[in-house]
Amino acid sequence: MSGPVLEARGLAKAFGGVKAVDGVSFTVEAGRLLALIGPNGAGKTTCFNLLNGQLQPDAGSVFLGGRNITGLAPRMVWALGVGRTFQITATFSSMTVRENVQMALLSHHGKVWNLFSRAREAFVAKADALLEQVGMAAQAERACGILAYGDLKRVELAVALANAPKLLLMDEPTAGMSPSERIALMELTARIARERGIAVLFTEHDMDVVFAHADRIIVLDRGRLIADGSAEAVRANPDVQAVYLGSGSTFGGR
Amino acid sequence: MDLILIQTLNGLASASSLFLVASGLSIIFGVTRVVNFAHGSFYMLGAYIAWSLVSRFGSASALGFWGGVLLAALLVGLVGLLIEIALLRRIYQAPELFQLLATFGVVLMVQDVALASWGPQDLLGPRAPGLRSFVSIFGNRFPTYELFLIVLGPIVLGALWLLFNKTRWGTLVRAATLDREMVGALGVNQRLLFTSVFFLGSCLAGLGGALQLPREAVNLHMDLSIIAEAFVVVVVGGLGSVTGAYLAAVLIGVMHAFGILIFPKITLVLVFLIMAVVLIVRPHGLMGRKPSLVQQGATMREPLLSPATREIKLLGAAALAVLAIAPLLLGNYGVSLLTELVILTLFAASLHFMMGPGGLASFGHAAYFGLGAYGAALAAKWLAAPMAAGLLFAPFLAGLAGVVFGWFCVRLSGVYLAMLTLAFAQIAWSVAFQWVELTGGDNGILGVWPAPWAAGKTTYYYLALVLCTALVLALRVAIFSPFGYALRAGRDSPVRAEAIGLNVTRINWLAFIIAAIAAGIAGGLYAYFKGSVFPTYMAISKSVDALLMVLLGGVQTVSGPIVGAFAFAWLQDWLVRGIAEYWRLVLGSAIVVLVLAFPQGLVGTALRWRGRSQDDDVPAEAVR
Repeated sequence: MSGPVLEARGLAKAFGGVKAVDGVSFTVEAGRLLALIGPNGAGKTTCFNLLNGQLQPDAGSVFLGGRNITGLAPRMVWALGVGRTFQITATFSSMTVRENVQMALLSHHGKVWNLFSRAREAFVAKADALLEQVGMAAQAERACGILAYGDLKRVELAVALANAPKLLLMDEPTAGMSPSERIALMELTARIARERGIAVLFTEHDMDVVFAHADRIIVLDRGRLIADGSAEAVRANPDVQAVYLGSGSTFGGR
Repeated sequence: MDLILIQTLNGLASASSLFLVASGLSIIFGVTRVVNFAHGSFYMLGAYIAWSLVSRFGSASALGFWGGVLLAALLVGLVGLLIEIALLRRIYQAPELFQLLATFGVVLMVQDVALASWGPQDLLGPRAPGLRSFVSIFGNRFPTYELFLIVLGPIVLGALWLLFNKTRWGTLVRAATLDREMVGALGVNQRLLFTSVFFLGSCLAGLGGALQLPREAVNLHMDLSIIAEAFVVVVVGGLGSVTGAYLAAVLIGVMHAFGILIFPKITLVLVFLIMAVVLIVRPHGLMGRKPSLVQQGATMREPLLSPATREIKLLGAAALAVLAIAPLLLGNYGVSLLTELVILTLFAASLHFMMGPGGLASFGHAAYFGLGAYGAALAAKWLAAPMAAGLLFAPFLAGLAGVVFGWFCVRLSGVYLAMLTLAFAQIAWSVAFQWVELTGGDNGILGVWPAPWAAGKTTYYYLALVLCTALVLALRVAIFSPFGYALRAGRDSPVRAEAIGLNVTRINWLAFIIAAIAAGIAGGLYAYFKGSVFPTYMAISKSVDALLMVLLGGVQTVSGPIVGAFAFAWLQDWLVRGIAEYWRLVLGSAIVVLVLAFPQGLVGTALRWRGRSQDDDVPAEAVR
């Protein structure tokens, strides 16, 4: 493999006086899962929003496959091969599950400005294949507005995969899911990532999920990167222990 | 030099009244999230009531005049209070647009009540005792009353600032403006808060109207003319910001005063240019803040939209067949009415295209209908163009306006967008009204007759039916096309839409333009149908007609606007013919009752009933 898929260099973003993200640098390689963890308010979501262009960084830059994508709008970042899922699920509630995926496929294939053909009949097989992968094929005809939360997360994953991304950004992919669903979703993500050589960056509160699936872990605390390494190294890192134990939460939820 | 000074003073004086109205509107919106269309009516009522009171108390004595003015403001406040308790309180949970419709129902009712109470003629008010003289400024005589108004603006601003920043009530109002739910969760009596805010806002509007007494004759058009300007002020100043409202009122008042000197014909165009510049630089107004998207994203759930089922298609085909044979059964009047109905259906469907799938609620859609009509009429009058050319020029002119106005509008969302579309429509209206050389002003353009082959009433009906049916069906196809899906995607979840590569702003812009073009064709057909065009084709009431048709039918259904157009146009025709006098009162009441009874629209409600009995997949709340 030549070079990392994603590289963040010295990212910084302040809201008023609060430095939400403060000089953060890291890389993600193809086919690897990198977990971004840290206590509440550590700057994880801000960091994500800087990566996909939702927010403009005050300083630093983002490289995708060696190309500088800092400051590009989210839709440009997507066009370059970045899929994203949101902490609070964002799907199109007036469409069925399949139509949600079809919408992403239509956009990926540049068919958005077509005013005459029938959207429902476009890319049905591809959409169903993606839904099959995330285990949502049986619910393809249901409205997204009425799905259970865990199912919505899986639809989001299918949507995020629709443009055959090089990089997946998943902000708390398993929040609101039951423990068994969490394991299943992350196993699925890990498998897809390895099969297709997709780099995955995800944030997560459930340490079981993190230690089971992340190839590498980076830890944020009050906007700063305090650790970067394997599960064991991070677990043993005294700074990390201080942050987590000091905040009253424990590793692994045990 | 002194001319500039005098005009500045003139502008500042008119800014004060505008500020009073706009600040009330802004405060009410901030807390209750209701865009109160009836606010202009409160202003008009203030002027009328003050006229009556001052006439009774005697305008010679200071007590008689000022007492009358203040009492009028309080009485208008009470009217607002009653409306809040009787109507708005019941629909705070309803969609924004329904609240707006309900307040427009109040506008119609107040118009007829004012007509019945004070008659159609303009009423001249007395001059204010003690402020009748002039002061000399650089040799120019300037009325002291105007100076008094100039001073009054900042005084009211200061008083409001103290009220909001130094009292417990004011703190609650500011808190509720930021986060209504949280204030409720903290145990504050929201009802009382909302009602008191509405009272204050109405008082301000009433005071604004009452203070106009010495300046201009009281008339029945004050309500809609001030509401459009107040919307502009609120949008430019920033929704919910009283200081912003003052700054914007001053800016617009002064520009208005200078505009009369420089471009007497197109003063409103100047106002529009200011608004455009402000909105390019600061999209949320001078003092406004970007509304937080988080709330919206989490709570808004749009219902599933599916293509027509077989039965609905059959129903549509049957309806079309009935329309096709109808002329054989109907007389001349019936055919005329049907022609108008099919044209209005296209008008409603065009608005629905941007409003339903796009979520872009326009309060000024009549602008494009009217521009289409004027396009056809101008082509006929100045270029002696045949009907076919006129019908092409109609959508061209409307589409051009859609390109320009739409560019600004799609940068905003929700209420801002609605207010801005209304302001643009008022500008289009004022151009038609003021540019007499080109448009004939109030007298309109006459003699816009169809080509000889289409001159027969029945022939023209079939022409309209074919064109409108084709276009309504084309809009339907577009709704289910990839573009229509993308449009809906941007409405359902802007964040997600951007994250899958959709350029939501540009998609909305195209939808806006398509809606404008379709409305323009409807307008062109209407011009040839009536044989004449008038500025009223672009009036606010016409825009509201379109809104009513769409909302009556149900905005989240594709067939809704068609049903709504027929229901509305039939109702209006029946009212105008049946009651003639005071039909506005009846229509206004009907709107209010409909909003209270069918918050989902006719088709929406029907679907909901059906959904309850058959399918659990469409829960009641999803149909909202």
